[in-house]
Amino acid sequence: MTGWLFSVTAGLLFAIGLYGVLIRTELVRRLLAANVMATAVFLFLIVVAAETPDGPDPVPQAMVLTGIVIAVSLTAFALALIRHFRAVTGESDPEGGDDD
Amino acid sequence: MTELDSLVAPTLTFLIFAPLLAGVVALLWPRGLVLDLLSISLGAISLVLLVPLSGTVMGQGPLLLELGGHELPLGIPLYVDGLALAMLWLTALTGLGTAVYASGWLRSVSHPSGQQYRVLWFLLWSGLNALFVSGDLFNIYVTLEITTLAAVPLVALARGREALSAAMQYLYFALVGSILFLLGVALVYAETGLLALPELSARESEAAGPGETIALLAITVGLAMKAALFPAHGWLPRAHAAASPPASALLSALVAKAAAYLVIRLWLGPFEAAWTPAVAQLMGVVGVLGILYGSLQALRQHRLKPVIAYSTVAQLGYLLLLIPLASVVAWQGVIYHALVHGLAKAAFFLAAGNLILGIGHDRLVGLAGCDRVLSKNLLAMAVAGVAIAGLPPTGGFIAKWWMITAALEQGQWWWAVAIGMGGLLAALYVFRVVSFAVHSPRPWHEEPLRETRHGLNRLLLWPPVLLAAAAVALGMTGELLAPFLAVGAPEVSP
Repeated sequence: MTGWLFSVTAGLLFAIGLYGVLIRTELVRRLLAANVMATAVFLFLIVVAAETPDGPDPVPQAMVLTGIVIAVSLTAFALALIRHFRAVTGESDPEGGDDD
Repeated sequence: MTELDSLVAPTLTFLIFAPLLAGVVALLWPRGLVLDLLSISLGAISLVLLVPLSGTVMGQGPLLLELGGHELPLGIPLYVDGLALAMLWLTALTGLGTAVYASGWLRSVSHPSGQQYRVLWFLLWSGLNALFVSGDLFNIYVTLEITTLAAVPLVALARGREALSAAMQYLYFALVGSILFLLGVALVYAETGLLALPELSARESEAAGPGETIALLAITVGLAMKAALFPAHGWLPRAHAAASPPASALLSALVAKAAAYLVIRLWLGPFEAAWTPAVAQLMGVVGVLGILYGSLQALRQHRLKPVIAYSTVAQLGYLLLLIPLASVVAWQGVIYHALVHGLAKAAFFLAAGNLILGIGHDRLVGLAGCDRVLSKNLLAMAVAGVAIAGLPPTGGFIAKWWMITAALEQGQWWWAVAIGMGGLLAALYVFRVVSFAVHSPRPWHEEPLRETRHGLNRLLLWPPVLLAAAAVALGMTGELLAPFLAVGAPEVSP
């Protein structure tokens, strides 16, 4: 019943994340934006799980759990790489964008 | 099922878990020599194991292995057909060649991050093998991420500002690509309640809703970002040029191809109902644009490694031609192309690595005269280039022959023209590189060739030579291998 509300929220989050990834050049912001996109997909998967007629479907839930593990690993690696990049170059914005 | 099946499960288990365990060993027990021997012997064992596996696939048709004995729709299947088999062979051959090369390379340059290279290589290997045999959309997502998580640091390992910056760019492309892929998987599941590829392929083909078309779009864009298919290729030339030679060889021959492999794997079969012939033509056009753009960029580069990297952008474009052609001959041609390109591109990058080791840089104008000190190595590079260009008698010729035959058989002559053009452009950029190298060095040249007194280390010389030779040898074995490749080929679409 409230599935559409969550679906719309997921769509909005996805759009916000995509906007951030495309517009922001500062590395950490862009990484956060990608995480927002990923969260939107997870939310959508939870809606899919909840919308099945005979009770919640465990398969999308398992996908979200695995997806979170992967997202955390990728984010951790990305943060490490960003730190390393900053240490080597002294920059946090390789494209010279102007968001603070 | 017959008695040969007893070998299938252990073989696939070995291909996935042996490198994974080796990666853990490499992390805990950093002994370079032991790990290099381990890596080389794993490659050799993989090749041996692939022989009976190929026989089984040939005899019984595509293999479907349900993990843990859980049957579909609950279980997760592994699926091996001619396409997967070809990619497993390519991974084993390239992996073995690169492992031998890396053992020499990490010593020659006393690479500070050799240990990390070895760990990442084992993880990458495991991820690739798992990706090629996965028959489940979500499982494919996981293996794709394992591959990415190993591939990006391989670029970053090269150190330096450019390598780190290229790795960052690669990571963001891969990150967004993987989210789009997962979105596609979620949409497919929402629409169909299915994840297993055999089940998706077996559906009645008329039933694709709009959700599935959006899903295929998200999956395709996501994979294109990971495979650097034109126009999402931006990161590849930088990343593949900045990485160390053995890493570049692996990334160009295997990693980019793995994502492109998934595009054709998913378009033909599981999502056949979600696209129309017009969309297929559009995908073909994207492929051709990639071929032309990559080749023209390759002609404009001033350094050797970017030439090879742009060549990868071009060569990946051919894989997309399978979508509009979609016949058994086209299937054979495209798989053969993937095989030949993988071997030849690995040889090309490894040989380029030797040049860099020999003369200290890879600027094309500075290559003049290197044919005198590095003749065998240069020959390997030229032969690999000829195979990529698809001239006879190499395997590249057979691949292009099949693709052109398929195009003409179906009256889609324009693809034949594009394939011919691509071959011509590839020949041009290969000969451009070779002609720089065989020029006499100018007397006023500021950087004389470094003296290579001992010649090249054999561990460094033989892998590119043998990989290039294998790409040529495939030119003789087309008829022999065709029936293997054809296993599981899609039926010709009406």
